Amino acid sequence: MTDHTNLTVAEIRDGVAAGTFSAREVASAFNAAVEAGRALNAYIVETPELALKAADAADAARASGDLKPLSGVPIGMKDLFCTAGVQTTAASHILEGFTPPYESTVSAKLWAAGAGMLGKLNLDQFAMGSSNETSAFGKVISPWRDTSGKDLAPGGSSGGSSAAISARLCPAATGTDTGGSIRQPAAFTGISGIKPTYGRCSRWGIVAFASSLDQAGAMARTVRDNAILLEAMSGFDAKDSTSLDLPVPQWEANLSSNLKGKRIGIPKEYRPDGIDAAVAAQWDRGIAWLKDAGAEITEVSLPHTHYALPTYYIIAPAEASSNLARYDGVRYGQRVLPDGAGLQDMYAATRAAGFGDEVKRRIMIGTYVLSAGYYDAYYTQACKVRTLISRDFEAAWEKCDLLLTPTAPSAAFPLGEKQEDPLAMYLNDVFTVPASLAGLPAMSVPGGLTAGGLPLGLQIIGKPLDEQGVLNAALALEERAGFAARPEKWW
Amino acid sequence: MSINSSTVKKVASLARIAVSDDEAERLVPELNNILGWVEQLGQVDVSGVEPMTAVIPNALRLRDDVVNADPLTGGNVRDKVLANAPQAEHGFFAVPKVIE
Repeated sequence: MTDHTNLTVAEIRDGVAAGTFSAREVASAFNAAVEAGRALNAYIVETPELALKAADAADAARASGDLKPLSGVPIGMKDLFCTAGVQTTAASHILEGFTPPYESTVSAKLWAAGAGMLGKLNLDQFAMGSSNETSAFGKVISPWRDTSGKDLAPGGSSGGSSAAISARLCPAATGTDTGGSIRQPAAFTGISGIKPTYGRCSRWGIVAFASSLDQAGAMARTVRDNAILLEAMSGFDAKDSTSLDLPVPQWEANLSSNLKGKRIGIPKEYRPDGIDAAVAAQWDRGIAWLKDAGAEITEVSLPHTHYALPTYYIIAPAEASSNLARYDGVRYGQRVLPDGAGLQDMYAATRAAGFGDEVKRRIMIGTYVLSAGYYDAYYTQACKVRTLISRDFEAAWEKCDLLLTPTAPSAAFPLGEKQEDPLAMYLNDVFTVPASLAGLPAMSVPGGLTAGGLPLGLQIIGKPLDEQGVLNAALALEERAGFAARPEKWW
Repeated sequence: MSINSSTVKKVASLARIAVSDDEAERLVPELNNILGWVEQLGQVDVSGVEPMTAVIPNALRLRDDVVNADPLTGGNVRDKVLANAPQAEHGFFAVPKVIE
């Protein structure tokens, strides 16, 4: 008997269309896997009835010859996307019980394409974190184990998405990426994930973190599945002022792993002294694979790379402090009203009780760098350095079409290891943040395993709007890596 | 520059987050570590560089000035707007008394 939870998105779509199995069989298998996988804490809310409802619609659509691009495909939805009638929390107590009366543009597009929802996936609180330990609903545990036997981080902030996909609790999921929140968790769990060009996916209905950086994207086990999902998620939306008014390319139909004539840049600043030996070796194998696919390899320089992380940790908290001002205990979410408190006290008590430590830390950093007397020294300076980081990429594109780098500086680390040291945690995003600051499409694909048996990711960064180039190079890596490892079931 | 607990309290007050004296003390080294680290940006020569305002060139659009141009974000949805309020009364958001 087929294990339906081991099917890819493309296989489910094609199998349902061909009548090899029914969409209901697929949804039922994933619903059972979600229930059996609760030890991972990947889902905050389970919606088996919605998955079945979409599956029944898919089976009816097949009978009437009316199949849609994602008919029969159940997916997980990061709990940062507002879903009408289903609690949406951003993994924060302050939004506990919030039930949006509307649907985010991205999720609405996915449902319109025939997909069904298995549930809302856990994440770092307000997408702030790299290990999924800041969730108010408990940390997500990676399905992967190494010889230490310790619980490992699934990455963050889309750690519920990455854990659920690698554990076969969903074939694909949405993610959002502000500084690496799709790519780093994908790398940690041996799956693929793509952040498109800023503006491809509408931000409308996504709980805001840092609006100039936030971008939705796809996560799945194969490059093809990412192309399929991203096509359904992308497109112009008048309700998002930064949405790009451009047609959505046919990324899946145009997939090609022949990289003849493509120039791949290898940024020397991404190989600092003291780089993890396994990460460096994996990168070298990736370079050889792209050469084998016909690409020309060339060294490039992105001189301001070193300043990308501190730039990000001024700009992102600054925007967060402004965006999160809306959580006031008046319009939605939790309210804490101490005896005899006035309005200001209510705001302060509500926010003190509702936000987690990391969220408060970032709001306060953001408030400080935007405050009178410090604004220019911190915020304006960071925005100028951001211009220089973006120019570095523009200069690199004179010499190459795509960049290949590691996704993260290490494989997954044990939960708890970096939680007490915010700076050590921030350093996880060192290779992913620069592309976010420049708004570029970027993708992580699994390359191989460490000696301890944990996945390592490779990152492809592309020019603005060149998701096709990114996907194609990722496909060339995927074909040569032959990554077939999956976590052994212990949950 | 480094901050002390009274600065932490001022920032917390601007951010409308209640912090106790103990919490403020705990936050001093945490925030100083982060601020000390981001201060390295001061080394970068940014003379003649404009601050970035948009990563992808994109002109802001105008829409026709009509009521309910988009029904999803238009009006006449009072009950939906109030549906998630911790306290809604008589069709309004209710808050503690502001004026004595």
